[in-house]
Amino acid sequence: MRFLARRLGFLLIALWAAMTVNFLIPRLMPGNPAEAMMGRLRGHINPASLKALEVAFGINTHQSLISSYFQYLNNCVHLNFGISLLDFPEPVSHVISQALPWSLGLVGVSTILGFLIGTMLGAVAAWRRGGALDSVLPPVFIVISAFPYFFLGLLFIWFFGLTLGWFPILGGYTETVTPSLTFGFIGNILDHSILPAFTILITSIGGWILTMRNNMITVVAEDYVKMGRAKGLKPRRILWQYAGRNALLPNLTGFAMSLGFVISGAILVEYVFNYPGLGFLLLQAVENEDYPLMQALFLLITVAVLVAIFIADIATALLDPRTRTTS
Amino acid sequence: MRALRLLGNLAGRSFRFMRRDKKAAAGAIILFVLLVLTAFPSWFTPHDPAAEIYRPGAALSWSHLLGTTSFGQDVFSQVIAGTRQSVMIALIVGFLCTILSVIIGISAAYMGGFIDDGLSLLTDVVLVIPTFPLIIVIVGYLKSASFWLMVFVLVFTGWSYGARQLRVQALSLRNRDYLLAAKARGESSWYVITVELIPPMTSLIVANFLGAALYAVLASAGLQFVGLGNINTESWGTMLYWAQNNEALQTGLPLWALAPGVAIAILGSGLALLNYAFDEVANPALRPVRATKKRSVA
Repeated sequence: MRFLARRLGFLLIALWAAMTVNFLIPRLMPGNPAEAMMGRLRGHINPASLKALEVAFGINTHQSLISSYFQYLNNCVHLNFGISLLDFPEPVSHVISQALPWSLGLVGVSTILGFLIGTMLGAVAAWRRGGALDSVLPPVFIVISAFPYFFLGLLFIWFFGLTLGWFPILGGYTETVTPSLTFGFIGNILDHSILPAFTILITSIGGWILTMRNNMITVVAEDYVKMGRAKGLKPRRILWQYAGRNALLPNLTGFAMSLGFVISGAILVEYVFNYPGLGFLLLQAVENEDYPLMQALFLLITVAVLVAIFIADIATALLDPRTRTTS
Repeated sequence: MRALRLLGNLAGRSFRFMRRDKKAAAGAIILFVLLVLTAFPSWFTPHDPAAEIYRPGAALSWSHLLGTTSFGQDVFSQVIAGTRQSVMIALIVGFLCTILSVIIGISAAYMGGFIDDGLSLLTDVVLVIPTFPLIIVIVGYLKSASFWLMVFVLVFTGWSYGARQLRVQALSLRNRDYLLAAKARGESSWYVITVELIPPMTSLIVANFLGAALYAVLASAGLQFVGLGNINTESWGTMLYWAQNNEALQTGLPLWALAPGVAIAILGSGLALLNYAFDEVANPALRPVRATKKRSVA
């Protein structure tokens, strides 16, 4: 329990740091860039929203930095991020809520699948040391993980989308079809998600394979694995319940730590495929100087990563009794 | 003198190591070729990379090895000329990140106590905040990132992974006998850290340099690809930006977009292969099984 309390405390500190960075960045920029944006808005939105934006970007405020900082934190906690310029005059939270399911579906599913498949492949590769998997997978995935995510996306678009014509290349669904809860429409969505999902899966899987393989190599040499063999346990049981379970622990921490990288890559994948998720929205917000939306998206992506890390912590606590008893 | 001997020793060791390890050799050759292209791009560019004077949208031919862009520029020359910026960013960001990681990671481990607590917390927080969105937000306010702004942002966001790894390893070395002996001799902290603590960590530090360099290449290319870099520079990311904005893939000019992408992937693979090889140096258990057998016979 103490372990989880510590991790929860860390989550809150990281969240606070992200909010503070968000608050400070526009104030540190030469010639506050948000000022021009506010000029366009004045007279178009109600005074309360204008006030919230002024607090967020530090314009025209007569209050001290400290008190506007606390007001900003308060606004964040109440999910009051102001008005979006991209989709004027919708509130930022509404614009985000429309993009969120797309990213959760695409990035969430492909990241988790990548982690599971990569971990299993890595474990099997290390188990049969020097076998076919062990000699082919590491070099192949070292090279693939050095590819920019978006480049693999471009490659897929060109080959599977344009040359072979197997999959649609842009968007989350066919624009001419009205969204509905029918099998046809769900099929349409899946069809559009295959190429971006595979792009994320293939570029992220290599990292999990390599770290799991490396952990597993260390664990397989341990005495309790030899003991299991000596007792005549089935190899499959030793592989998953003796060695695999222990090798997974550092991989879970690794998962938490490198999730930020995966999300970063996913933003570019969404951009390449014009996929209507958070990453594409973030880049559109930047292009249209929609600073409130930009700030809120950065916070939301950070929260998503932090929550995933916390879930990985809980999983660690469940798998490893040591974290539950000592410190 | 001592430093020179150490350096010579290191060079000799790494040369022998390359001969034995194919992954390291492949990585080293790739990086060497790209360094030559960085130093003397004009020797290898058949045409002026910026000139828009050739037939637009030409397919590949002997005079245009990779065809031309829809502006009438030679794709091959552009790829060669773009090498410099990616390699420079890899080297500079890699170097600065490594310095920062070493300073923060090792002082956290060596000082211990509340300094360690504070620095570790800082490292972990920077580590979990998603980097690329943060970079996008910072650059988003400024509209476009110049070379040095990009370097600054990448270093600011990229040092934490290495600092964390170095701290862990320095912690495991901190109470070794030879370090305690040096302290008992009354050596200064500076001496203990630079002469006793850092040399055994060389391979991890090099691996961190390569990892940070790879991160810098990929992140800067991504930033330029979405149009947040300086769109008038010669670089692979900028080429991809123009190719994407002119629908190179859809208009039958796939090489315009694919060639710079392959170039990034080649540089990235070179760094990643070397990095992996250094991992094997730091952790002998990871070395290929066959090589281990050979050595035990000899």
